[in-house]
Amino acid sequence: MIKLNKNKFGFLNNNLVLPSMIITLISFPFLSYAGGASMHSPIEQFVVKKIFEIQDPFFGYDISFTNASLFMVLASIVPLLILTMGVRYAEMIPGKLQSISEMLFEFVENLLIENTGNAGRPYFSFIFTLFLLILFGNLLGMLPYSYTFTSQIIITFFMAIIIFISVTVIGIFRHGFGFLSLFLPSGTPLVLQPLLFVIELISYCIRPISLSVRLFANMLAGHTLLKVFGGLAVMLIGSGSVFLMPIAILPIGAIIGMTALEVLVAVLQAYVFTVLTCIYLNDALNLHH
Amino acid sequence: METEAAKLIAAGLAVAPLLGAAVGLGVLFSGIVNSMARNPSMSGELRAIAFLYFALVEATGLFGLVVAFLILFAF
Repeated sequence: MIKLNKNKFGFLNNNLVLPSMIITLISFPFLSYAGGASMHSPIEQFVVKKIFEIQDPFFGYDISFTNASLFMVLASIVPLLILTMGVRYAEMIPGKLQSISEMLFEFVENLLIENTGNAGRPYFSFIFTLFLLILFGNLLGMLPYSYTFTSQIIITFFMAIIIFISVTVIGIFRHGFGFLSLFLPSGTPLVLQPLLFVIELISYCIRPISLSVRLFANMLAGHTLLKVFGGLAVMLIGSGSVFLMPIAILPIGAIIGMTALEVLVAVLQAYVFTVLTCIYLNDALNLHH
Repeated sequence: METEAAKLIAAGLAVAPLLGAAVGLGVLFSGIVNSMARNPSMSGELRAIAFLYFALVEATGLFGLVVAFLILFAF
């Protein structure tokens, strides 16, 4: 493997293969107990199940606590614990937890300052929270028997639409009508201006959709792929044939590789979501750049 | 029965954008490898950029995949 030096992805430096092997092996009893030729649907893992029911007393909406909500709570608590425990007894020479918390903090801070300059500093806490929520949502989803809440379009779309609306409001508050010049690149010929304005406006309004679908589709596709290969291994083992059973090592090997890739994608998508949020924020904060 | 068949065909056709994503990733990584070979001192920065654009390019193909899933399971 190429040594990743002086790199933003420094915390990805450790070997991904061993953890993904462990993950695959832990989830394997679960796969093999399904047994037989009956293959579970690969998208069964995305079903939202109620843990306990809550009815909204005012409007009668179903606001039950589901497995998605459970993992959202976990994804908020785990980074909170890591950060709190990490900096509780802060030392000059940081230990493991403190290094992790400081790395995460500095990584997001650098990201924000690089993309938006000093004008973006007030929004750091929001960006940091967003990054941690998505990162830990994705990573917790990689654990066996868990649930990936970022694979639900409604959740990612809600995040994206909040970002879109707040960025637009920030832009309008800062620049007033001048914000409209965002839709007109400087130096456009007069003939092209109306056409370009419409195109830029559409591409601006499509942002929440592309932002949310990117995260959702990556998570959906990755987890479906893992389950498809898992189902293949189960069918080969369940066939009971002496010739077919050894072949099951191929899909299992593929799952190990893909789990490593999925961990990478989980971190990468959290990073991309955050970077794009920063870029959109930059558009609103600093016009004409 | 015919609707079922049409659904499957449509879902198959809807993943065609993955071809575009594959070409895009090829172009992206060939460009990155080229520039790393020309200027190895930049390779750290280039790799970070490559990761970002890898995710962006990959997503366009996955949009097609989502459409295929919609056709298969939502209708």
